[in-house]
Amino acid sequence: MEGHTVRKTAVTPASPGSGPNGAVGLDGPLEDLLLRSGRFFTRTDVSADLRTVTKTGGRQGDVFYRDRWSHDKVVRSTHGVNCTGSCSWKVYVKDGIITWETQETDYPTVGPDRPDYEPRGCPRGAAFSWYTYSPTRVRYPYARGVLIEMYREARIRLGDPVLAWAEIQDDPERRRKYHQARGKGGLIRVSWDEAAEIAAAAHVHTIARYGPDRIAGFSPIPAMSMVSHAAGSRFVELMGGAMTSFYDWYADLPVASPQVFGDQTDVPESGDWWDASYLMMWGSNVPVTRTPDAHWMAEVRYRGTKIVAVSPDYSDNTKFADEWMPCAPGTDGAMAMAMGHVILSEFLVKKRTPFFVDYIQKYTDLPFLVRLEERDGAYVTGKNLTAADLGDDTEGAAFKPVLIDGRTGDVVVPNGSLGFRYTDSGVGKWNLDLGDVVPRLTVLGDSAESGGGETAILRLARFDTPDGHAEVLTRGVPVRRIGGVLCCTVFDLMLAQYGVHRPGLPGTWPTGWDDASEPYTPAWQEPITGVSASQVVRIAQEFAHNAEESGGRSMIIMGAGICQWFHGDATYRAILAMLILTGSMGRNGGGWAHYVGQEKCRPVTGWATMAGATDWVRPPRQMIGTAYWYAHTDQWRYDGYRADALSTPLGRGRFAGMHTMDVLAASVAMGWMPFFPQFDRNSLDVADEAEAANIPAPQYVAQQLASGELKLAVTAPDDPRNWPRVLTAWRANLLGSSSKGNEYFLQHLLGTTRTNLRATPTAPELRPRDIAWSDEIPEGKLDLMLSIDFRMTSTTLLSDIVLPAATWYEKNDLSSTDMHPFVHAFSPAIDPPWESRTDFDAFHTIARVFSRLAKTHLGVRRDVVMMPMQHDTPGETAYPGGTQRDWRAIGEVPVPGKTMANVTVVTRNYPALAEQWETLGPLVDTLGLTTKGVTVFPDVEVKELAAKHGVMGHGAGAGRPAIDTAVKMCDTILSLSGTTNGRLAVEGFKQLERRTGRRMTDLSEGSEEKRITYADCQARPVPVITSPEWSGSETGGRRYAPFTVNVEKLKPWHTLTGRMHFFLDHDWIEELGEQLPVFRPPLDMAALFDEPRVGSTTEGLGLCVRYLTPHSKWSIHSEYQDNLFMLSLSRGGPTMWMSPQDAGKIGAKDNDWVEAVNRNGVMVLRLVISHRMPEGTVFVHHAQERTIDVPLSEANGNRGGIHNSLTRLLVKPSHLAGGYAQMSFAFNYLGPTGNQRDEVTMVRRRSQEVQY
Amino acid sequence: MRVMAQLSMVMNLDKCIGCHTCSVTCKQAWTNRPGVEYAWFNNVETRPGQGYPRTYEDQDKWEGGWIRDKRGRLRLRAGGRIRKLATIFSNPKMPSIDDYYEPWTYDYENLTNAPLGEQMPVAPPRSLITGQPMKVQWSANWDDNLGGSTEILAGDPILAKVSAEVKLELEQTFMFYLPRICEHCLNPSCVASCPSGAMYKRSEDGIVLVDQDKCKGWRMCVSGCPYKKVYFNHRTGKAEKCTFCYPRVEVGLPTVCSETCVGRLRYIGLILYDADRVLDAASTENEADLYEAQLAVMLDPNDPEVIAGARESGISDEWMDAARRSPVYALAKVYRIALPLHPEYRTMPMVWYVPPLSPVVDAISRDGHDGEDPQNLFGAIDALRIPIEYLAGLFSAGDTAIVTNVLKKLAAMRAYMRDINLGRDPRSEIPASVGMGEELMYEMYRLLAIAKYEARY
Repeated sequence: MEGHTVRKTAVTPASPGSGPNGAVGLDGPLEDLLLRSGRFFTRTDVSADLRTVTKTGGRQGDVFYRDRWSHDKVVRSTHGVNCTGSCSWKVYVKDGIITWETQETDYPTVGPDRPDYEPRGCPRGAAFSWYTYSPTRVRYPYARGVLIEMYREARIRLGDPVLAWAEIQDDPERRRKYHQARGKGGLIRVSWDEAAEIAAAAHVHTIARYGPDRIAGFSPIPAMSMVSHAAGSRFVELMGGAMTSFYDWYADLPVASPQVFGDQTDVPESGDWWDASYLMMWGSNVPVTRTPDAHWMAEVRYRGTKIVAVSPDYSDNTKFADEWMPCAPGTDGAMAMAMGHVILSEFLVKKRTPFFVDYIQKYTDLPFLVRLEERDGAYVTGKNLTAADLGDDTEGAAFKPVLIDGRTGDVVVPNGSLGFRYTDSGVGKWNLDLGDVVPRLTVLGDSAESGGGETAILRLARFDTPDGHAEVLTRGVPVRRIGGVLCCTVFDLMLAQYGVHRPGLPGTWPTGWDDASEPYTPAWQEPITGVSASQVVRIAQEFAHNAEESGGRSMIIMGAGICQWFHGDATYRAILAMLILTGSMGRNGGGWAHYVGQEKCRPVTGWATMAGATDWVRPPRQMIGTAYWYAHTDQWRYDGYRADALSTPLGRGRFAGMHTMDVLAASVAMGWMPFFPQFDRNSLDVADEAEAANIPAPQYVAQQLASGELKLAVTAPDDPRNWPRVLTAWRANLLGSSSKGNEYFLQHLLGTTRTNLRATPTAPELRPRDIAWSDEIPEGKLDLMLSIDFRMTSTTLLSDIVLPAATWYEKNDLSSTDMHPFVHAFSPAIDPPWESRTDFDAFHTIARVFSRLAKTHLGVRRDVVMMPMQHDTPGETAYPGGTQRDWRAIGEVPVPGKTMANVTVVTRNYPALAEQWETLGPLVDTLGLTTKGVTVFPDVEVKELAAKHGVMGHGAGAGRPAIDTAVKMCDTILSLSGTTNGRLAVEGFKQLERRTGRRMTDLSEGSEEKRITYADCQARPVPVITSPEWSGSETGGRRYAPFTVNVEKLKPWHTLTGRMHFFLDHDWIEELGEQLPVFRPPLDMAALFDEPRVGSTTEGLGLCVRYLTPHSKWSIHSEYQDNLFMLSLSRGGPTMWMSPQDAGKIGAKDNDWVEAVNRNGVMVLRLVISHRMPEGTVFVHHAQERTIDVPLSEANGNRGGIHNSLTRLLVKPSHLAGGYAQMSFAFNYLGPTGNQRDEVTMVRRRSQEVQY
Repeated sequence: MRVMAQLSMVMNLDKCIGCHTCSVTCKQAWTNRPGVEYAWFNNVETRPGQGYPRTYEDQDKWEGGWIRDKRGRLRLRAGGRIRKLATIFSNPKMPSIDDYYEPWTYDYENLTNAPLGEQMPVAPPRSLITGQPMKVQWSANWDDNLGGSTEILAGDPILAKVSAEVKLELEQTFMFYLPRICEHCLNPSCVASCPSGAMYKRSEDGIVLVDQDKCKGWRMCVSGCPYKKVYFNHRTGKAEKCTFCYPRVEVGLPTVCSETCVGRLRYIGLILYDADRVLDAASTENEADLYEAQLAVMLDPNDPEVIAGARESGISDEWMDAARRSPVYALAKVYRIALPLHPEYRTMPMVWYVPPLSPVVDAISRDGHDGEDPQNLFGAIDALRIPIEYLAGLFSAGDTAIVTNVLKKLAAMRAYMRDINLGRDPRSEIPASVGMGEELMYEMYRLLAIAKYEARY
């Protein structure tokens, strides 16, 4: 469309007239006559057919819309909401008022023959400006009135904020009074000065009295506004507080990713969907949850790409699918196993597809040897066979798994395993270059002389029972004796596990794909999933054929629908197996595309440095969120089962008699997972004690722990000394959105009353072995709940202090995502209105008050920090074979960094905290910047930043580059990351070249001079530079796909073998029977918690249904669910989607009020009835809060809860495994998931008269 | 021949994800103000479903648009000008607010201002019409994503007309989305209904507007429009409607709804048409022939006679250039895959639609056929989960052959492109089977799939 000018004529086709030929015409002769004689209205120019009259002028009425459209300026910003959109928007401003927003369309093109990224956005983002002036906006600082009254009284009387705070906390009466008022209104306006003073005093008091690790911060997903996240996190970490994780806590982390890839998650940008020639969407409702990217899926169909949707309901994406596989909720693993069965049997056994064989030999652990262990007359899988097992006693030998060279039949040690990663002798050998070696996939057919020719009966666990308990499969494998040890390959194990029979092997096998009696055939899965065996066979064949023909361009978009189950990791491994077996991983257009929650913080190193404050103090305290809330909200007190309820009888009994809390404590004790608080004493005092005793702190701590004089706080989480005391939530709605077990949070962590919790505490015989148990469960652990937000949420309503935040159109910040390869900017369209401040300014304010108070109350202290063995560090070699060794059980003194966590003493300069916060500290010069094991030194960058931003003149940061504004922090982040600073990318690849002995720097060469600045990002979204921080390459303008660098450059994955893993030999994985991909059904809540069975009805409670919380079309988590536009386009409040069959069972009609009740809580909401829902399952879309249109319940007379009032945390013990190769802790990389999909609830139609 | 220019739009429903971004950006820009809270110049309907306002397509009830009388003359269905004048004070065919929805807000202030009480504060709904507390019973998009439901489906006027049995079992669920703006018709019945002469069609680009100064609030336009795309502002007492974003298009920007469409499914283009033939075409006897009649009114911008006529009408060379590059012309007239919405209303609507194709392979694969084989694809179109009759009820006055032909072209394009995608030799017989050449099919593919910004507008 070209522009055009207005002409002054208008056409008015009025109704009168008759056509010239008489046949056609309008109305009748009377009208014709009137028109011809010009009696209708004013004089006009009448057309020949009498259909139109043309008039000139009269266009003044147009002015209204021209005025409406006019505006003064357009500013680029984006939405810092927790979604993967990262869409750039135009914000329109008129007379200093934000009017509306539309999408930017200026993304750099991705090439002439593919669709572009423009425009990116969704209806939710388009409705954002409503918040700016909405009645739900937080305009001023607020505090709970009852608390303020006591504080002011004490403050005047005592003359000191910290003393005043301490006095209130020491008085149980006063404490209980404001705890019980939490969430019940009574917020009053306070000044910023007073709010900041109280917040600072609470922090100072907590550090002095209990220790800094009783302070916690929660703010998720840094990529959605890196500076706003880092500003607060930096404050928490400088104090020595703990940041709790979000990715695993949200159950968005696919634990299978660290398990299989040794990587947190790395996925293709959505532009790479265009490269796929076969595209499955599995548990991912792309149009709803990836709205700005969905067009790639719609468009790639026009290239002839087949689309398959796997979803239990007729979801939005099914509209686009060529085939729909309506897989029953939570049974996806069964379908994936059956598809794997088809692929293995047809493409790797019946015929040996060369493309697949070549791939799995090079890039997977399938050829590696595994020891078999005799148990009760048969065999079970043992550990990987390593060089150490063959007598090699050189460095790293226990981490060098071996395989058989197909040319010679000899056992060889290939390059690239963990044993080459950190050792001196491994320099130049950490690569996947096999030389002339051709790895043998099976020992079947090995000669007797070489130790082969035998078979063994193998026992494998199966869980496809109605309640999910383990039973045993008996299948044979070929074996070979190596050094007296019976071995076979992982490939041999896989065929046994999947039931793919080869002639000559003993055991019980399916007779064919149509044999439903044995796992894991297509016929076997049919009654479990409801998907026909023939469809499963057909899709599996098409999928593999396509991969073969296209060179691995078969892709699976994977989503929360399959990830957020208790056994989501097992499901994922079964699906990943399909991709890896077909050579589709590490390809453009192929592989997994896991899009759940994570937004890729592309300039990750710069952000991590700012957020962790690692330029001043290392290591930062980082906590696995799920375990934190599981322990501190006392959900563990209500577990209905023991950890070994989920075990296999083929394990070693590691979890026998243990409660899940016991497993957590063991993990913490062995240095596998972190826990905060650390000790039952102040960690500052422990440092002093060690110094006084003149013993190095690590040794001191080990001795004290061994003697029992010092205890791990995790063993007594309900001891008041071990409670978390101060929690700050910003950019977060913990209590209205992500808190699985919301009512437990309210009752135990916050101590408010009138909660909806109905659960019964754990029965005495099921209680923990190693954890202190008091009869009373604490209510009200937190001294201070502080939140910063721009709108009222459940979190702000429950907070003691609420600070008014600037919105996303009122601040400077950065945004990036995994869905597109750009970084771009938030910019202020207006200044923060009323008394709101940016997160950056809010924490800057609090930090300064904190430092002032710290001068008198804290001073400079030393702090003992305990952090577990971490992934991508030499610490991940602490436990060879992943073999458990609990010093507590053995009765030995633990060795820090070996048999217990690393212990580090750091200095906390509390009075100088604000000065440190606002300058770039010296450790970046001396220790460098490390991401995923690659260290670079930003000496050039520090000089550049000093010149650009100026240096501080005095104080702790004297002479160091300033980061006292948000813009400076933006530029510091960009400057310290390889993705946005070409020099550091090249430096990083040089490091990698030394270790791998492979050419790497060509991936970023030519970018050395390239520095992406904040100003660049404000001008236009900027494509990033290929960097060793990530596993894919954008070099040459290609689309980003994960692991392409591994595949093309033979760079190892960060795993034990350096390859992608099908087999996991960690003790705690073994304990759950999950060494290999396996199907595990949804948890049986009837067996574990005595809930009714799905489909049953109970008098007074209604119908029992499976309770799923998929993401909503009308909100991004809780954001926008209160937005008037979104509410007007939907049902105007919380709803439950139900099938007509189920609605009939409870006698309810569309839009009727219903109540859902289970042991965890109560919801009151309205019904949406649609036959797109399968019978027996309801959807209550994620993050429907209690703030909008939620009445009082009939169940208990209290306000109905949020979607997470019906859920609770269920910790999978194997997620606590650590200390070993890719199964080692890293922040947001490994940890128990806060899964919530296995839940059930009762639902019934309630009285239609509701009270608020 | 009287050559006139018309700004028009095509929406490719096959790509629509039903996200409503268009609705929200439009609302934010134009109607987030008192008096038009309930008005959505752009809305998106889930079909099957009742639409917005409810059942607006039931012209037996609402009497919008034109009918052709026994003598072959067009009449406003609600009666001619004289009857309109006679009944000006009583307009029984006006949708009530309940047919749209009663707009509401919430007592949001409670969240911040609630005094200390026994329960957590909440914001219950409150009517923006009466100011009273209310239970939300209907919204701008109440039947969103239902794919119909037993209670709501009964009110779908299209389903009531088609003979197809739509089974409500889960496996038979189907749904698609229908975004709608004003049709900016060539033969607009709203304009013809206006007793005040306040409604007009701009001569330079055909945009249909309400003169805010002249509108007297009779609301005959509201009832006269069969698409119910004119709204009454109860605050100002005047009619308002989609303006095709003229303050934007006049300076070379696409409409808000188009530019913000994240499905990238909207195309804006200029169409030249013969104004002298509009009445003839709109009076075509057989409803099923109205589609072809309307196509025939569209003029070829490369035809020397048309170029001369355009020059005579004062259409500039730049506009002629735009007409030649018009994606709307290509989709509607060259590839013939875009169809008008309800041609049987005889208003000659100018917002056209590519009907949705998917899911197609599903239907055949269930029968055990190869879903990639183009011949099988064609066979499957008759077994689509979205019944052809339903689509024909929307886009071709019930003629299923017209819709089938479009879907076959889309299916053929996918089959043809798959060979290219996988590096096989392309098969010219595939485009030939739907009457297209390879080049034309590839061009169509680029316009539908690559769809660059410059190509869409």
